[in-house]
Amino acid sequence: MQRHKARAGILSAIFMGLGQIYNRQFIKGLMFIAVEAVALIYFISNLGRAFWGITTLGESPSRLEKVKGIAKMVPGDHSIVILIESLITLLFFVLFLILWYMNIRDAYKIGAERENGRPSHTFTQSVRYILDYKFAQSFLLLPGFGILFFTIMPIIFMIMLAFTNYAAPNHIPPAKLVDWVGFETFRNLLVLKSWSHTFYGVLTWTIIWAVLSTVTTYFGGMLVALLINQKGIRFKGMWRMLLIIPYAIPQMISLLLMRNLFNGQFGPINQYLGFFGLNGLPWLTDPFWAKVTVIVVNMWVGIPVSMLLIMGVLTTIPRDMYEAAEVDGATNYQKFRIVTLPMILFSTAPTLIMQFAGNINNFNAIFLLTGGNPVNGNYQYAGSTDLLVTWLYKLTLDQNKNNMASAIGIILFIIVAGFSLYNYRRTKSFQEEDMIQ
Amino acid sequence: MIIGRKAANFIRLCLSYIVLVALAVAAIYPALWILLASFRPGKSLYSKTLIPETFTLSHYKELFTSPVYMFGTWYANTLKIAVFSMLIGVVLTLLTSYALSRFRFKSRKTTMSTLLILGMFPGFMSMIAIYLLLKEFNLLDTHLALIIVYAAGAPLGGTLIAKGFLDTIPRSLDEAARIDGASNFGIFTRIILPLSRPMITYIALTLFVGPWVDFIFAKLILRTKENWTVAVGMWDMVNTMQNSNFTLFAAGAVLISVPIMILFGFLQRLLVDGLTAGASKG
Repeated sequence: MQRHKARAGILSAIFMGLGQIYNRQFIKGLMFIAVEAVALIYFISNLGRAFWGITTLGESPSRLEKVKGIAKMVPGDHSIVILIESLITLLFFVLFLILWYMNIRDAYKIGAERENGRPSHTFTQSVRYILDYKFAQSFLLLPGFGILFFTIMPIIFMIMLAFTNYAAPNHIPPAKLVDWVGFETFRNLLVLKSWSHTFYGVLTWTIIWAVLSTVTTYFGGMLVALLINQKGIRFKGMWRMLLIIPYAIPQMISLLLMRNLFNGQFGPINQYLGFFGLNGLPWLTDPFWAKVTVIVVNMWVGIPVSMLLIMGVLTTIPRDMYEAAEVDGATNYQKFRIVTLPMILFSTAPTLIMQFAGNINNFNAIFLLTGGNPVNGNYQYAGSTDLLVTWLYKLTLDQNKNNMASAIGIILFIIVAGFSLYNYRRTKSFQEEDMIQ
Repeated sequence: MIIGRKAANFIRLCLSYIVLVALAVAAIYPALWILLASFRPGKSLYSKTLIPETFTLSHYKELFTSPVYMFGTWYANTLKIAVFSMLIGVVLTLLTSYALSRFRFKSRKTTMSTLLILGMFPGFMSMIAIYLLLKEFNLLDTHLALIIVYAAGAPLGGTLIAKGFLDTIPRSLDEAARIDGASNFGIFTRIILPLSRPMITYIALTLFVGPWVDFIFAKLILRTKENWTVAVGMWDMVNTMQNSNFTLFAAGAVLISVPIMILFGFLQRLLVDGLTAGASKG
């Protein structure tokens, strides 16, 4: 008999587990059969509805109907719930298909081994094999499942929303249905005057903010680290401790606190300025000053992190490089420019790019401090300090313009992900990690 | 050379000390201000003097006794959520980073890039979907929901940093153990875990602090007041009272910040290691 593999494969394709049983792997086969049985019950009742749901997004809206002469509200299809239910079912279906394919391949492979005269593994042997050779994959299964349902599924969902008309006031379920509209939302965002004006305005400020906040905290932190690390400065540990304090206070607290400190009317900062006979500044209410304030406050929050990071790097710079420079008669400034700065830049460049990407999405700094205000009359639901990310938040939670928010989210994601991926693929550890071992 | 080397050095040090003192004042002032405000009688935001004339603990007492602010309950809730999501999150993160650091399999690099990209996705963009998902499973307004979501997201944040650290543990140790007959799991628990204690602490700390201060997501999920976390409670305090009871807010802020500051103080060294490991090893 030389046709085990074909038979086992076909049997498994017909019903999961049959091929394994044919291969005399009874426990494994029964497990597969159980899986398929559960899957069949689930998919028979759900799969048709999932395909219907994802193509139509529901067909009957809520409506008034006469029941025994009294008008009554009859709940219709809730498009968004239907969308997410269908999505979950389809994801399960994809997982099932993958499992089904693996089951066929497994039956086929073991069938082939039997043809070569090797007996099929017993159940304990299979378990051992997985523990020894498929360890990583089985290790990744559990976290992978979590990520699939709590990260990937929501992302797919949000991407889908960008292609619907899910927005107030006309398409909010359960009262009204939602429909697919293709690229219309993106077209509106990028071309339609009322939206595009806000989009490009907010995008410009987002980039300016990301550059300024990254540069100020980075070089601020470098300055502080170098100051403390100078030869002859005493109580280094104490200085470090003191300057780290802002880092240890939860951002939520420190930003809410700063909002109070910089309050134009009651805030202590303006009151102190008044004490010295100076006029207070409209820290949070004037568009320009509000931008200055968020940058300054962000320095207060962010410098300690850069300081820690750069102090860490400073300790790794070899002493003899400085000694060599001294022998050549270098001044302090020259030593900094030729040895210290390149060393710091070299080892922190990846972090710098990541901080830049993170600042594009720095929700807390803006939301807790200014809430995106002051209001900008020319903008569509955005204030002067709103970043793309906070604008998106307002569009979703305050305005119910969910499709527009999703479109912005996708664009934002492409920008940020592009940066980080480029950055990561260039790092040494990704390219040649096996060489360090 | 008009001024001698010594004099120049002296001037440099003096200037440095002046700058350092100024920076230190700027760093501490707001923190000190909120701490002292929490002991100040009355409710107002502003006071002429930094140090209050009389000290009172009444704001702290009010936080725990007032029927409006269930601070004690919030505090316990937050502690519970933070501890559990930290424990599960650490395990998940270690599993992924160990698998990615020590094993070579087909889709490994893809997995790593995917993790990196997914981690960059703005979190609350997926909130609506997660909200609906939790509603499906009847988990809204429960702490379990928060724990699941925080823990499930943990590998996205910490895996690549932890993997960078695990890469520095020499592979020869594993091989020696394998020759001695250790299984993959044995190597993980007996060699990798003890050696990566600094990294575990770092990950655990970040995973603990995350839930401790997160309010956007907690606010969305937790509906009833007795289920709130401190972050939601504090946010509500500022929002509904329009900062009219600032000293009470200050007392709450102190109670939230102090445990974290103590943790940071203890783990300062490890934090530096964690940051730099993430920096130079990707």
